[in-house]
Amino acid sequence: MSITAAVINGVAILALLIAFFKDKEKAIQSLKIAGKSFIKIIPMVFIVIIIIGLLLGFVPPDAISKFVGSQSGLSGVLLIGVAGAIMHVPSIVAFPLSASLLESGASITAVAAFITTLTMIGFMTLPLEIKTLGKKMAFLRNGMSFIIAILIAILMGMIL
Amino acid sequence: MKGKQKKGIIRDYILLGLVFVMAILLITFFPDKKDEVINASWYFLVEMLWILPAVMILLGLFTVFVPKKTVVKYLGKASGIKGVSLAILFGALPTGPLYVAFPIAASLLKKGASISNIVIFLSAWACIKIPQEMVELQFLGAKFMFTRLALTIIFVVIMGIFIEKLIAKEEDVSLIPTKCP
Repeated sequence: MSITAAVINGVAILALLIAFFKDKEKAIQSLKIAGKSFIKIIPMVFIVIIIIGLLLGFVPPDAISKFVGSQSGLSGVLLIGVAGAIMHVPSIVAFPLSASLLESGASITAVAAFITTLTMIGFMTLPLEIKTLGKKMAFLRNGMSFIIAILIAILMGMIL
Repeated sequence: MKGKQKKGIIRDYILLGLVFVMAILLITFFPDKKDEVINASWYFLVEMLWILPAVMILLGLFTVFVPKKTVVKYLGKASGIKGVSLAILFGALPTGPLYVAFPIAASLLKKGASISNIVIFLSAWACIKIPQEMVELQFLGAKFMFTRLALTIIFVVIMGIFIEKLIAKEEDVSLIPTKCP
């Protein structure tokens, strides 16, 4: 187990103990929600795990780096940013996918753009956002999120 | 919503079946790739399973112990730096997909919270979730996670203020929908 995983598990156990100590009923309710969410996300986790295996096994690193590597430039970053904006997957599974992309030649900029647009922009949920918050707010938020995602990604590439 | 959720799970399993069959076919036709595919999938599966239960437990705890009512109550009237910090904190704490946050944001609008705080809250909800950052830490490392987190907070605050200025300039009352579902 990595240190990160150990810390995360430690935090979860500690938080759970505190919760049980404070309010047993609420703590049990939390565990039920946790179990349901786990079951709900499992198929998506397996889908992404299989895709990662195929990606690393079949797609040669030069192909990936050609599209979203450091030599692909801004167009590669924009391409993967749009892909992230359209994709509708739980953000938790985006991270292993991103790690495998990095491993096989994608640039930090591209991966940062992918994660940021994937989490911040909801193309599929845009109709709902318009309905609840109005057209102007929804379009401004999603549009500007794309711009700042690209800016964050470019800065990430420069810093790291 | 319940029926819709069930449909989503069925869709996920169908998709999983398709991906699985595709993987089996590919491995059968290219047996020399088999070890590489299985090793890579296995490695990421183990990494994921080490943290997934803990992340889900935290998600459950946040959902139960930080009810939506509390968020609306505190964020509805907070302003200034306190408002911005609360917007980020409340966005980062509870979990659930972004569409869960839309109705909360709508009731915040009605309660008179500032546009910038609502945009910051929504963005934090989408992008600065604590369980999500933990998974990012596990797979992409501390340097990547903390740099992206810092940059995201900075840009999200700028974006919130910018959108508020833009909307205030036009003084459009139609921004607030009269009916909220």
